[in-house]
Amino acid sequence: MSVKNIVRVTDVTKDFDLGKIVVKVLKGIDLSIETGKYVSIMGPSGSGKSTIFNMIGGLDKPTAGKVFIDEVDIAQLDAYELAWLRCRKIGYIFQTFNLIPVMTALENVTLPMTFGGMPGEASTERGMKLLRQVGLEGRHNHKPSELSGGQQQRVAVARALANSPAIILADEPTGNLDLATGEEVISLLKEMSANQGVTVISATHDFKMLNVSDQVIWIRDGKVEKIQERDELEIHTGGMNS
Amino acid sequence: MSRLIVLPWSKSVEIAYKSIRARFFRSIVTTVTLVLAVSFLAFSQISINIADGMLASGDNTTCQTLIRCGYDVLPGDTSLASSPKQRWILTLSMLVCIVGIINAQLMSVSERFREIGTMKCLGALDRFIVRIFVMEAAMQGFAGAVIGALGGGLFAVLTAWFRFGSEAFATPPYQSFVLSMATSVLIGISLSLIGVLYPAIIASRMQPVEAMRVEQ
Repeated sequence: MSVKNIVRVTDVTKDFDLGKIVVKVLKGIDLSIETGKYVSIMGPSGSGKSTIFNMIGGLDKPTAGKVFIDEVDIAQLDAYELAWLRCRKIGYIFQTFNLIPVMTALENVTLPMTFGGMPGEASTERGMKLLRQVGLEGRHNHKPSELSGGQQQRVAVARALANSPAIILADEPTGNLDLATGEEVISLLKEMSANQGVTVISATHDFKMLNVSDQVIWIRDGKVEKIQERDELEIHTGGMNS
Repeated sequence: MSRLIVLPWSKSVEIAYKSIRARFFRSIVTTVTLVLAVSFLAFSQISINIADGMLASGDNTTCQTLIRCGYDVLPGDTSLASSPKQRWILTLSMLVCIVGIINAQLMSVSERFREIGTMKCLGALDRFIVRIFVMEAAMQGFAGAVIGALGGGLFAVLTAWFRFGSEAFATPPYQSFVLSMATSVLIGISLSLIGVLYPAIIASRMQPVEAMRVEQ
C-alpha cells in the first residue's frame, strides 16, 4: 500500500492582529501526516501548537499557505462542505472536554450522528456501543456534571468517534486530567488508532504522549523544529522507556 | 455520497425544550417579562370589548353607567376605541418588553458561547443554531403569551364585574373576546421572536475558535 497523506500543510503562516501590534504565531509550517498514524505535536505553551491544531481542524483560517485534508484544500470549501468535513471527517477532543452540559452522555455522543443524518434508533445503538467501548457502560443517562473529568473526556472520545472520522484531533486531551486518568485516555486513543485505523493528531506538552506516538512533531516559536519518528525518540521520563 | 448536514425538526424542538428546562430560572425571567406585557395588552383589549358590549345593548342606563365610569360616550357611538394615550402606553410597554427579551437572550447567548462553538465543531450549520434559539423563544413566547392573555383577560372581566356589576355581561361579545385573546397571544409570540432574532444571529455567526476561546 502506498503511503497516503491525510493531512498536508504547506507554508502556513498565521498572524493575530491585536490592534497596535501584529503577533506572528506561525511562521511558515510545512507538514504531512500519514493516514493511520498517531502523531503528537509537541511544544511549549505559546509555541503555536494550538493554532496549528485549529488550522488542521478547519476551525480557523491561515493568513497564508494551504491546509489539505485528504488532498482537499479546506480554504476552498463553502460553509456546508466545511460543516460536513467537521461532522464526518474529523473528531475533536478538547482540553476542557466541551460536552454539551444540558445533554446526557448518550445524547452528547449521538449529536454528531444526528447532524450526519443517522436515524434515531441506529444512532442510539451506535452511541451505546461507543460508550461501552470507552468503558462507560451504564453511565449513558448521566449529565456531564455528574461525571468525573476522566469520564467526561471518555464521553468526548466516544463523541469524536461517532461518525467514524478519518482524523481525531485532540488538543491537550490530558491537560485537565490527573496522571492516571490522563494515561487511561491516552491508551484509549492509542487503542482506537490501532484498531480502527484512525489518524490521531494531538497537540500536547504531556510527555506521556510520546510513549504511544508514531511520530512527534516539535514546534518551537511558530516553526517546525524537528520531526522524529518513533524509533528516533529517546525517552527519559522516569519508567516510561519503551 | 450526499454531503448533507441535517437537524430534524423534532430534534431541534427536543434540544430547545431541554435547554429551557436546564435553565429554568432564566427562562422564567424572560417569560415573565412577556406575561406582563401581554396581560396588559389583553386587559386593555378585553376591557374595551366589554364596554363595547354594554354600549351595543343600547340600554340608556348602561350608557349612563359607562359615562359615569369615565368612558367618553357620544350619542350614536357604536364602539369605544382606545384613547391615543392608552395606545401610546401599550406601544411603550411592548417596546420595553422587547428590550427586556433582547437583554435576557443576549445573556443567555453569551452564557452558551462554548456550547455553540462545540456544536459548530460537531458540524452544526449556522441555521441550526438560529433554529434552536428561535424554537426556545417560540416555546417561551407561547407559554408567556397564553398565560398573559388569560391572566389579563380574567383581570379585565373581574374589574368590569366590580365596576359595572352584572350589567356588564348582559350581552357579552364573545366573538371579540376570542379575537382579542388571539391577537394578544400572536403579538406575544411575535415579541418573543423579534427579541431573540438579533442574539441568535450573533450566536450563529461566531467562528468556533472564538466561541471556544471564551473563558467560562
